[in-house]
Amino acid sequence: MHMADALLSPAVAATMYVASGTTVGLSVKKLTQDENTQKLPTMAVASALVFAGQMINYTIPGTGSSGHMCGGMLLSALLGPQAGFLSMAVVLTIQCLFFADGGLMALGANIWNMAFYGCFVGYYLIWRPIMRSRLFENLGAEAARRARIIAASIIGCIVTLQMGAFSVALETTLSGITELPFSAFCGLMLPIHLAIGLVEGLITAAVLTYVYAVRPELLRDVEVSEEVRKGSSKSLRTVIITLAVAVVVVGGIFSHFASSNPDGLEWALFGNEEAGYSANMGLDEENFGVSSAVSETAAGIQEKTSFLPDYAFAGSDNPMGTTVSGIVGSAMVAGAALLICYAGHFFRKKNA
Amino acid sequence: MSQNIERSIRDLREMDTLASGDSPLHRVSAGAKLLVTVVYILVVVSFDKFNMSGLMFMLLYPAVLFAVSGIPVSTCFYKLRFVLPIVCAVGIFNPILDRTPAFPLGSFVVTTGMISMVTLLMKGVFCLMASFLLAASTRIEAICAVLRKIHVPSMLVTLLLLTYRYAAVLAEEANVMTQAYNLRAPGQKGIHYKAWGSFLGQLLLRSMDRAEELYSSMLLRGYHGEFYYAQGGSSSIGDVLYAVSWCALFIAARCVNLTQLLGTSVLR
Repeated sequence: MHMADALLSPAVAATMYVASGTTVGLSVKKLTQDENTQKLPTMAVASALVFAGQMINYTIPGTGSSGHMCGGMLLSALLGPQAGFLSMAVVLTIQCLFFADGGLMALGANIWNMAFYGCFVGYYLIWRPIMRSRLFENLGAEAARRARIIAASIIGCIVTLQMGAFSVALETTLSGITELPFSAFCGLMLPIHLAIGLVEGLITAAVLTYVYAVRPELLRDVEVSEEVRKGSSKSLRTVIITLAVAVVVVGGIFSHFASSNPDGLEWALFGNEEAGYSANMGLDEENFGVSSAVSETAAGIQEKTSFLPDYAFAGSDNPMGTTVSGIVGSAMVAGAALLICYAGHFFRKKNA
Repeated sequence: MSQNIERSIRDLREMDTLASGDSPLHRVSAGAKLLVTVVYILVVVSFDKFNMSGLMFMLLYPAVLFAVSGIPVSTCFYKLRFVLPIVCAVGIFNPILDRTPAFPLGSFVVTTGMISMVTLLMKGVFCLMASFLLAASTRIEAICAVLRKIHVPSMLVTLLLLTYRYAAVLAEEANVMTQAYNLRAPGQKGIHYKAWGSFLGQLLLRSMDRAEELYSSMLLRGYHGEFYYAQGGSSSIGDVLYAVSWCALFIAARCVNLTQLLGTSVLR
């Protein structure tokens, strides 16, 4: 799910940097308040472990393929959401700098897509409510805890990976990189990540149940007192109701928007005719030129947020002429680049 | 499978070796290099998706840096194996969905979709080369010192440094474990699902214990929440010149299509 720089526009990348940066800042503040410096080596080792753990292949039974783990849920269950988030952020930074896995400018987006959902959403909305709930109580105390760990890991990994995949699709589409309509992009990304999420959930569950069996004190919220459980069996219900209401509201707004303006989503995401996009979309053009108050606002926002004014390839005065000089110029630059590389090689050899 | 881990360890070492080399580029201060890299990536990504010729000019920056630093280009391209498939997967739909003809090339008609796909790939490769050159010519301590200077929280920077050092240690340990596992389970691909939990779990628990020892030893050496960096002194005039001239060139290339200009002047 690591995004490359090329998949983002500067405006989207900057927004994601601000979002991730703010979360990093808040997490650091929270951890400093708790005077948790002794956690630092633990965090470092845990993120190094995620790093090493990602290299190990796990055989998926019944299939010939193998899975990897991602680590957001694992880290937040072990370290808590803030420390887990920072650890994931560091893992992603190292992967970006030293393994070229994900881009430097896309780092903000990658931290958001993989660390934020996995740690904060995964912990506050899934791990903690499930751990504090009375689910599986008929199995007996010990077995119930284990079942809760397994359920929380699997649900958590699937849900947070889906959110991450959705964000990747949204960020790429908002950046205007792909001609693929948003809905089709989601249709590609989400099912793939459903399978990945399931495998990851199983691996996370296996590791966490092992840790629970050997060193239960390392896991968060597993051993909770009766009062907390009593208080929060309500909170689980509240969380579920809140989520359900949110889904209905968002779904309602979405479908209203979509029905009042067919292809509204794509149109909103790709901008308007003046920006030079719709002509290049290759999709149903009738639906693009729709002008309304909303469209003007959107166009205004897009104009303001675009990093530098665009200048289009098509539509210049003399397309054929510019093309030829463009090709000639490109060939010269490529030749110069090669020459520079060889010159460097030559001089170094001479010096050595 | 264990080759996979070994390769990652080698990757990490290779970057360390490259970064501790010596060349004019290595001697430029980390701050200047970081700034130029960020500006370069921003400018490259901000190019219009059909402006292939304008973008082409940006190839000169990595070319000059590779030449000056002596960092092998092949190492960089080897690293593309992670990023390029994703960029290709996204870009491949452009020529299929966007068939607006742009210009003929003999009997073959180039469409705008093809141009936008090539531009996307170029952006991906260029940005990767820029961040690779930064990482391959700057030691992690120097990068961390700069991050501290621009007020990135000490906790995050220290975490980055510690994780970087520990990643190699744990990867080594994971490698030994998988090797031992493979030798005991010949003909098996990966780790059996019954051992999923205990395999990584054991590594995790041992590492947690190690972390406590690490913290004790840090305290005994006088750690109190802040690392001190030997690098990262004041920047020289050369560093300022390096940063300013590159940034100016990038912005000029973004505002004027220098490749086109070059082509036109030659054709005339």
